[in-house]
Amino acid sequence: MADFDTPDISVPIEIPTLDRGAMHHSSPFPAAPDHQEALGFPGELVDDWQSKAINKLGELLGKSRALQVYMDSCVKCGACTDKCHYFLGSSDPKNMPVARQDLLRKVYRRYFTFAGKHFPWLVGAEDLTREVLDDWYTYFHQCSQCRRCSVYCPYGIDTAEVSMAAREIMDHIGKGQKYCNEIIGKVHKIGNNLGLPEAALIDTLEGLEEDIEEETGVKVRLPVNEKGADILLVTPSADFFAEPHVDGLIGYAKVFHQAGVSWTVSSYASEAANFAMFIGSYEQMQKIAERIRKAAEDLGVKRIIFGECGHAWRVAYNFMNTLAGPFDFLDSNYPVPQHICEFTNDLIEKGELTLDKSKNDHMTLTFHDSCNVSRGSRMGDKPGGQFTIPRAIIKACCNNFHDMAADAINENTFCCGGGGGLLTDDLLELRTKGAAPRMQALKEVVDEHGVTHMAAICAICKSQFSKVMPKYGFDMDNVVSVHQLVSNAIVLDGQTANENAAVE
Amino acid sequence: MALGAVYAVLFYFAVAIFAIGLAFRIRLYSRTPAPLKIPTTPAPVTQAGVVVRMAKEVIFFESLFKANKWTWLFGWVFHFALLLVLMRHLRYFTEPVWFWVQWVQPFGLYAGFAMVAGLAGLWVRRFAVERVRYISSPSDHLMLLLLIGIAATGLMMKYVAHTDILSLKSFILGLIYFDWQPIPTGPVLLAHLSLVLLLMIIFPFSKLLHAPGVFFSPGRNQVDNPREKRHFVAPPKAAGE
Repeated sequence: MADFDTPDISVPIEIPTLDRGAMHHSSPFPAAPDHQEALGFPGELVDDWQSKAINKLGELLGKSRALQVYMDSCVKCGACTDKCHYFLGSSDPKNMPVARQDLLRKVYRRYFTFAGKHFPWLVGAEDLTREVLDDWYTYFHQCSQCRRCSVYCPYGIDTAEVSMAAREIMDHIGKGQKYCNEIIGKVHKIGNNLGLPEAALIDTLEGLEEDIEEETGVKVRLPVNEKGADILLVTPSADFFAEPHVDGLIGYAKVFHQAGVSWTVSSYASEAANFAMFIGSYEQMQKIAERIRKAAEDLGVKRIIFGECGHAWRVAYNFMNTLAGPFDFLDSNYPVPQHICEFTNDLIEKGELTLDKSKNDHMTLTFHDSCNVSRGSRMGDKPGGQFTIPRAIIKACCNNFHDMAADAINENTFCCGGGGGLLTDDLLELRTKGAAPRMQALKEVVDEHGVTHMAAICAICKSQFSKVMPKYGFDMDNVVSVHQLVSNAIVLDGQTANENAAVE
Repeated sequence: MALGAVYAVLFYFAVAIFAIGLAFRIRLYSRTPAPLKIPTTPAPVTQAGVVVRMAKEVIFFESLFKANKWTWLFGWVFHFALLLVLMRHLRYFTEPVWFWVQWVQPFGLYAGFAMVAGLAGLWVRRFAVERVRYISSPSDHLMLLLLIGIAATGLMMKYVAHTDILSLKSFILGLIYFDWQPIPTGPVLLAHLSLVLLLMIIFPFSKLLHAPGVFFSPGRNQVDNPREKRHFVAPPKAAGE
């Protein structure tokens, strides 16, 4: 890992002047042949990679209206050029969304358009050379598919779709990324990203039951593979052990307990995240989504609820019905799937939870809108529910809350810097620089409103912030789960008074 | 008459390329499947809401407004002025002239200047803003040059070198009704017509496809209702596997 400077966030982040090639050295570890072949991709770069890649691009153009329209429609207006957190943090012009798209678009033009075939110099068309392929691998792994650019594009061009297509092409010519492909293989084989087997899962959750009983005096269950439960909880596997994720999981368990519903996790589908979205693979994404359907059928549940996980929620909310539906065997009185925040907020609105806000008085909160929840999904029945519902929960559990600046929240939110399959230590420089806009917005509310903690509803955001916040002068435990706040505040029936129980 | 014949042929050729090229492109966009729900959220939850979202996008350039006020100002002024100018030009294609075209007439004249101003602003950005300079290809500059050329020659005919507008109109009506008439000569008019025909020919092969493209953008035209209504198109085949 090369040395690098952490961006300065003591002053507002300005649009940087271009520093060509500033991030050219940053690319993730390539997938080993085993990781590739487990997903049906060639183990290493195939001999005729160029023609294979062009054929694959042609195939994807025919399968995706988005890709076809986005390749044609860009007018190079520049609206997106200052919107990407990786550009703002790194100054590399190829991290401007339009320039990133153009890495693929110039090849599209060269091989698929009249102008690019006959006048390549005129329209910026280029042959697919080894240098271009290497640029693809480098810069399409500097996009977290957060969709911030697509909010501002006058045509709604979504760089996430373009980078997914590019990664799909690269996988099919044997140039995959280790982090994503290894993890997808683990889900197919074991059921979750961590490779946590059933016995370990049961053991872990039993440990949590003991912790909760010790803390509250109440026996709160965290069941695994319990047939006939009403609710299947599908949550990111990081919730089973990572901090602060696990405190969120304890929060879900307490809410379920207090609501008096029966629920279970499944060891077969013990992962909410669907990393196949990151590599743009419909087939892989479908295989993972079908595990959740099978678990729901096998356990005979009536509802599916997802834990706090950003990309997982996008796939679950938008794609699961398409990929693995219809889910007509579930209870149609509830949304399929439902987000844990929707579930908790419903109970709060009905007044069915007793929440002692003072339990969170040692914190002043702000909320980080996770990119894929904000711009790729919804909660509740109104547009924008994904912004109001988590905030409503936080405000019901905490006395002290301040939002960050308007251009850094809601649909304008900045990615944490680790989304889209980039949450790997071989990309730590990228992750650090990409976090700069969020860190700067956080610093403002820390300085002006005394904010001490930032709540999030995404496993990747939580892991990323725990890792990079210390580089910006914050503590790693300044990031908390939203349901950790619920866990602190909720008063369980029969709970023994314990003033010091709040988890920080 | 020979010159008139050349322009008549060019006119039919350009119209054919424009119409057929655009029709093929629109057919491609409409036939290509959108396998997944990918609206940029928050998105409307009803089809009527999508119509409103799209209207705000194509009438007011709402997203561009959020992104960059200068680009929005120049871009919106150019496009709206172009619309007025095009409407005003209908007077050369209709007999009798439609009543609302008469109403547009006075605005259409000023719009010619607004069009040049908007285009000039956009072009200045291509040089002056480093990020926009970096992403600009020669074709991006030439497209602006072409449009400025069209607007400038049009304005010249109004304010500098008047053209014989009555015989131009009879030439155009002759093209429409296949009753060919001589074309008035004059370098400015011929330049104006040539540039317009060139623009029509380029249209279906260039970034001007953003005009139909915006209506087909799944990020903007999809309804946000994946839980309520199952979105399903035949799954894409994994070709070659």
